[in-house]
Amino acid sequence: MIRLTDVAKEYPRSGVALAHISFAVKKGEFVYLTGPSGSGKTTILRLLYMDDKPTQGEVWVNGVSSKTATGREISRLRRRLGIVFQDFRLLEDRTAEANIRFALEVTDAPKATIRSKVARVLTQVGLASKATSFPRELSGGEQQRVAIARALINDPFVLIADEPTGNLDERATRGVFQLLRDINSSGTAVIMATHDLDLVRRSNYRTIELNHGRVVFDSSESPASARPFEEPYEVRETPPDSTERI
Amino acid sequence: MRSVREALTASRRAPLLSALGIVTIAFSLFAFGLFGLVAINIRRALDQVEERVEVRAFLGDSVEIESVTAAMKDIGEFPEVSRVDYVTKEKALERARKEMGEFADVFEAGVLPASIEVHLRPGMRSPTIVKSVADRIKTYRFIDDVRYGEEWVEKLYRLRNIASVAGIALGVAFAAVAIIIIGATIRMTVLARAKEISIMRLVGATDMFIRLPFLLDGLVKGVLGGLLALLFVWVANRVINEYFLETIFFDRQLIFLGVVGGAVMGVLGSLFSVGRHLRRI
Repeated sequence: MIRLTDVAKEYPRSGVALAHISFAVKKGEFVYLTGPSGSGKTTILRLLYMDDKPTQGEVWVNGVSSKTATGREISRLRRRLGIVFQDFRLLEDRTAEANIRFALEVTDAPKATIRSKVARVLTQVGLASKATSFPRELSGGEQQRVAIARALINDPFVLIADEPTGNLDERATRGVFQLLRDINSSGTAVIMATHDLDLVRRSNYRTIELNHGRVVFDSSESPASARPFEEPYEVRETPPDSTERI
Repeated sequence: MRSVREALTASRRAPLLSALGIVTIAFSLFAFGLFGLVAINIRRALDQVEERVEVRAFLGDSVEIESVTAAMKDIGEFPEVSRVDYVTKEKALERARKEMGEFADVFEAGVLPASIEVHLRPGMRSPTIVKSVADRIKTYRFIDDVRYGEEWVEKLYRLRNIASVAGIALGVAFAAVAIIIIGATIRMTVLARAKEISIMRLVGATDMFIRLPFLLDGLVKGVLGGLLALLFVWVANRVINEYFLETIFFDRQLIFLGVVGGAVMGVLGSLFSVGRHLRRI
């Protein structure tokens, strides 16, 4: 479903962001991408939703190759991906329902389909009663749930989450994480970049750890005792070139 | 349909920005329109001067009127010629006295020769054509002399060519400036909706899907800005007519072309701004 083969990414100003990255993600798998800031987690996610191309190697996502993908193919692929960010990325002047609907409107889906799907995902994320609330009227956890609902509206085969709990308190983090687990248990793969090692430790999902743009640990290949890094990670600003652009 | 709705919604959400955009476009097109007004008035002045280009063939003293009539019929059939008039000696004298009032006494009867005045069709008044007509007229044996103000015709054409080239160059420059200003105006709208655009891309909207509402926005702003600019130019024309000199305004065809031009510039400005933004994000 997802495969990275000897992927490297270099930026003109900040240098090497990724080097010799190779791994695959199976259908329905839950994978954590961990590592300190600037280790390349966000860069990998951006390569997955084809916001950027690798300098070397190849990324395959659901049959689309980074080497040959056209703009139209990338747009079509993104309709089958769910993407969630730390800062939610909701439109402030639209209600929760309108924010979710927006993802289907840009695909020219029929109105009846939009109505039923929006109602379904709002219920799925537990926000049926907040459909008409604006983002400013919602808590951080609720806003992230709206973002997740928007990501789910197109029935994605994989949910890509970049630090989805980074802006949330512990209670909201637990809620959002449980929601991601539920989504995964219904068959959707989840790839989640996170600093939160407590969260990683509490579950038994596959963990890929990065440092300086390289994979230093993959729990699917090595025992947990082989993890080379001290915890917790130092959190710092990501370099300008590797920041999210979408 | 969705694009129209999106464009309208965007204008409703930021009415001040939209109004500002239309006024900015109107002012840039107003500058373009004023230039156009000057250009068409210069052209009209040159056309009026050009209408006076004619070939005058002076006749010998002992010429038979039948020969002159036959020659006039021949010359009248030249493709370049619109009209041929016969000017008798008496008429020539009367004209000269009228045109040079203070020297009226100098002219005596019979001092001026009879002549044929050959008027040329519009578009047939270039130095080459005028010379060719004059040369053909000279071949009639009873013609003493042919005059058409050779030097004057050449100067007029040189002036006309310079005016055309300068007009095109300045027109292109004004149009480019207008497109850049329109592009910058649309860019404000694009930047105001940058987050929305980034989310659209995230959820799989194609670039064309994102572009279309902005292109419509540019089109509508271009048309409205064009109409407003026309109004400004019309007012300016009235003021010039009232206080300075008599000028003409654009005809219907030019007004239509102006509005279409505004629309095209609006679309080009949008294409330029949205394209640049989409390449950057």
